[in-house]
Amino acid sequence: MGSWRVIPEHMPILLDGLWMTLQISACALLVSIPVGIILGLCRISRNRFVSFIAVCYVEFVRGVPLLVLLFWIYFVLGKILKMGPFLSGVVGLGLFSAAFIAEIVRAGIQAVPRGQMEAARSSGMTYFQAMRFIILPQAFRKVVPPMASQFITLIKDSSLVSVISVVDLTLIAKNVVATSFRAMEVWTFVAIMYFCVTFFLSQLINVIERRYRVSE
Amino acid sequence: MIQIKQVSKSFGHVNVLKDIHLEVPESHIYALIGPSGAGKSTLIRSINALESIQAGEILVDGISVHDSKTDINKVRSNIGFVFQSFNLYPHLTAVENVAIAPIQVKKVAKEEAEEKAKKLLTSLGLGDKFASYPGQLSGGQQQRVAIARALAMDPKVMLFDEPTSALDPEMIKEVLDAIRHLASTGMTMVVVTHEMGFAREICNQIVFMADGRIVEVAPPEQFFTNPQTDRAKDFLSKVLNH
Ligand SMILES: Nc1ncnc2c1ncn2[C@@H]1O[C@H](COP(=O)(O)OP(=O)(O)OP(=O)(O)O)[C@@H](O)[C@H]1O
Ligand SMILES: [Mg+2]
Repeated sequence: MGSWRVIPEHMPILLDGLWMTLQISACALLVSIPVGIILGLCRISRNRFVSFIAVCYVEFVRGVPLLVLLFWIYFVLGKILKMGPFLSGVVGLGLFSAAFIAEIVRAGIQAVPRGQMEAARSSGMTYFQAMRFIILPQAFRKVVPPMASQFITLIKDSSLVSVISVVDLTLIAKNVVATSFRAMEVWTFVAIMYFCVTFFLSQLINVIERRYRVSE
Repeated sequence: MIQIKQVSKSFGHVNVLKDIHLEVPESHIYALIGPSGAGKSTLIRSINALESIQAGEILVDGISVHDSKTDINKVRSNIGFVFQSFNLYPHLTAVENVAIAPIQVKKVAKEEAEEKAKKLLTSLGLGDKFASYPGQLSGGQQQRVAIARALAMDPKVMLFDEPTSALDPEMIKEVLDAIRHLASTGMTMVVVTHEMGFAREICNQIVFMADGRIVEVAPPEQFFTNPQTDRAKDFLSKVLNH
């Protein structure tokens, strides 16, 4: 069992990696929520051009591997805009996740019955007032659970940013394995770390969801 | 108050309204009746432009509803609309349901709007339901909240599309009573209904529609005792003898 000593010995640095993973995931989420909501609203816009642009974005991003998108942003966009690995990672993950959030938002809005918009408009509200006060508050409740699981997906996907040299949990693990030659122990432990974070989050989501259902 | 002139509408290739002509004077109550698919909902929904029309013109209080230069939101704030399925806002309480349009559209102060909402709800027998959410109310109560919501904007006209069709029989009366009361205040109303007794009792004119046309317009007594057209006779024999 002595071989497992590699874990406590490298604990501080592994926790640093985990912290970076959480940071980059949270930053990417902060990018992807507003972008995703705007894209989702554009997607259902009655303006054909606006919805076409949103459809193109969503389809394109969902049709490209995240790894390729990250490389492209880091080596192409990142060189032009002088973005380092962290920023490139945030932008890449954020824009990728935004496409999925756009679909979540679209589905949430379309799940609100048509009569709600009709009732709001027939009382004289504008389209935007109806959206803001009647449709979006209802869509929001439907959107919270899938948004939360999107965040879990984001945390898992974030391990890919290690390839553009963001020093996240996965990259740290790789480095530890390279110097200690303890692949089995390190990767097992890292897998458990990822699992603990996502499991904790999904339990949290369940609690929130139950609370919502009660208050409805 | 409402003038419908040569209105036609089609969904794709299907003509649902064919050359409709109708005038509803102020303080009059018109019932729209007819078989399913006749175009009653389409017609009443086109009065506040929930449906577009392809030809003709509709004037409400002298304003052309379907004119692109008309401020449709302003027109709609003068027209109360009550739906068959209530369409209350499930995330808002009864008071909030009633007060939200005055607050957002007419910019009435929140306290004032809620005060008025409470008065309206009380007058409709919902004095103990201010803080209830739609999901906690019976169908009849929900429809009365919906009527209060429409009245909160001080409309000049009220439109009802089968307001009692989604209700259990024992709740129909409470909603019809609310409409009856409204009738006694001199409100101009158009009501799509299958409640023949009710139509006969409170309406000034019965408008009978079939296949996208207005087939017959007559005062209730005349329409129910001596219909002029075969379509109307046929329809009445079906609905009155079941
Ligand atoms: N959105 C739509 N798209 C296509 N056809 C429609 C649409 N709405 C209504 N129709 C058609 O228009 C015709 C008239 O419908 P409408 O709902 O106005 O009838 P109605 O008289 O209200 O009937 P009911 O008593 O069943 O409510 C029907 O043949 C219906 O199938
Ligand atoms: Mg109908």
